[in-house]
Amino acid sequence: MAKQISVFLENKAGRLAHVTRVLGDAQVNIRALSIADTSDFGILRLIVNDPDKAYRILKEQGFTVSQTEVIAVLLPDRPGSLASVLERMAEENINIEYLYAFLGTKDGDALIIFKVEDMERAKEAFDKQGIRFIDEKSLYEL
Amino acid sequence: MIWNQAMECMPREELDQLQLSRLKETVSRVYSSVPAYRAKMDEAGIKPQDINTLADLKYLPFLTKQDFRDNYPFGLLAVPMRDVVRIQSSSGTTGKPTVAAYTRNDIENWAEVMARALTGAGATPDSVIQVTWGYGLFTGGLGAHYGAEKIGAAVLPASGGNTRRQIMLMHDYGTTLLGCTPSYALVMYEEFLRSGLNRSEFRFKSGLFGAEPWSENMRKEIESKWEIDAYDVYGMTELIGPGVASECACKNGLHLAEDHFLAEIIDPDSGEVLPYGERGELVITSLTKEALPLVRYRTRDLTRILREPCACGRTHARIEKILGRSDDMLIIRGVNVFPSMVESILLQIPGIEPQYQLVVDRVNNLDRLEVQVEVSEKTFSDEVRRLEELEARITRELDSGLGVSVKVRLVEPRSIARSEGKAKRIIDNR
Repeated sequence: MAKQISVFLENKAGRLAHVTRVLGDAQVNIRALSIADTSDFGILRLIVNDPDKAYRILKEQGFTVSQTEVIAVLLPDRPGSLASVLERMAEENINIEYLYAFLGTKDGDALIIFKVEDMERAKEAFDKQGIRFIDEKSLYEL
Repeated sequence: MIWNQAMECMPREELDQLQLSRLKETVSRVYSSVPAYRAKMDEAGIKPQDINTLADLKYLPFLTKQDFRDNYPFGLLAVPMRDVVRIQSSSGTTGKPTVAAYTRNDIENWAEVMARALTGAGATPDSVIQVTWGYGLFTGGLGAHYGAEKIGAAVLPASGGNTRRQIMLMHDYGTTLLGCTPSYALVMYEEFLRSGLNRSEFRFKSGLFGAEPWSENMRKEIESKWEIDAYDVYGMTELIGPGVASECACKNGLHLAEDHFLAEIIDPDSGEVLPYGERGELVITSLTKEALPLVRYRTRDLTRILREPCACGRTHARIEKILGRSDDMLIIRGVNVFPSMVESILLQIPGIEPQYQLVVDRVNNLDRLEVQVEVSEKTFSDEVRRLEELEARITRELDSGLGVSVKVRLVEPRSIARSEGKAKRIIDNR
């Protein structure tokens, strides 16, 4: 399990720049991010080195922000490895709300952030497949 | 509690007599001292001696905002400047400001009606009253201030702005009663939450709110969040300032200070006086004002008069909580929409803050109403689907509640201009 910071953003010029500047000034380092957007608004999802601090700072600055529990797993960075995990989850009927991925870890692994409806069942499924979770500390320190 | 038992609970017949004699006096005075009134009355073919009953009022011509503009700044004064002790004015956002002038007696009467309003809201000599309406040319701050001093309460003339400091004052000085705009009461609540202070360390018990229309649901919101009683006060610069009408503990309409003001309800289009109980435009005639007497001033505020006796014992008639001003009313594809209706509907949706703005555009010759609603911590989800569901829910509620289809846009908190004074609810780009 890992803490993800989610921020509500209006579709207006400069909003994303503002969030990242606020975090930068507070010495919060972004590890991964994704943006979900509609025509009116966006949701910025962040993995950072210090989620509690990021949450506090953003709230102080008046952003609508929440902390969400997500699953972070490491997969071998080679063709087909994400597919086989997703196929397994489909077999187990685990519904994925969203996911995003990033590379660049030192061991040549890919890090995948999952948000699923049923976290416990997802974890069991990952365990059965021998997929490595990354613990919070090493995730924030990546 | 009643401030002035003799006046506020005067038997109806006596009150009618008092009103009639004061009305006659006022009409004679404006006819002899204000050329603009004399011209209007001559044109309508009516003389002061034609007014013999309260019902004769309807023969007199109206006074409108335009008359204030045409006679700017002092053309409507009925006394020489040597008798004027105070001048206040409106912000003048729609052109020249509206001027209010007061003699010493006018100031005294204004303090009197505000003392009644504050007492109705629970003020006593033991109260600590924090006034966050603006001090200065705006009538809110000084109006409440003089009323509070008249009662003998301790007044904190905080004026508007600096919300963090307002909360500190409220906490440290033991404010028991707050006077401000209803939207600012909620801004202060957000600041109180941010402050991390404990509610039990406050002595805050009630609030007198006014200077902008607010709904019954807004009252519930303020009362449940702050855990106080919230009372409405009505007035406007032209009339005297706040205090023309105010609520009692029954919270069922605002008692008009009928010994100082006479009210009628007219059809805003035809100008005809409406039968008792119908809603229409409030028209006010002042009965005691010296510097700037008003005969049949069209307030453009929409309400109705309630004459049934009130459980509090006051005999003065009540006006229903103001629904909105006829100039705040938006006509969207032929449907009348008031900001207060939007507020009322939003407050019924769990988690939604009454922070909203209406933006009206004309797209391909069709009116389009966009309702911008702030996303709060409570309603925020990091899943697009859930936010879209929220948007759809708000849209559905507004569509059916207003009877016109709207576009809902979720916006960031505090992106809608917050009111230190009055909330700006409408942007009309048509």
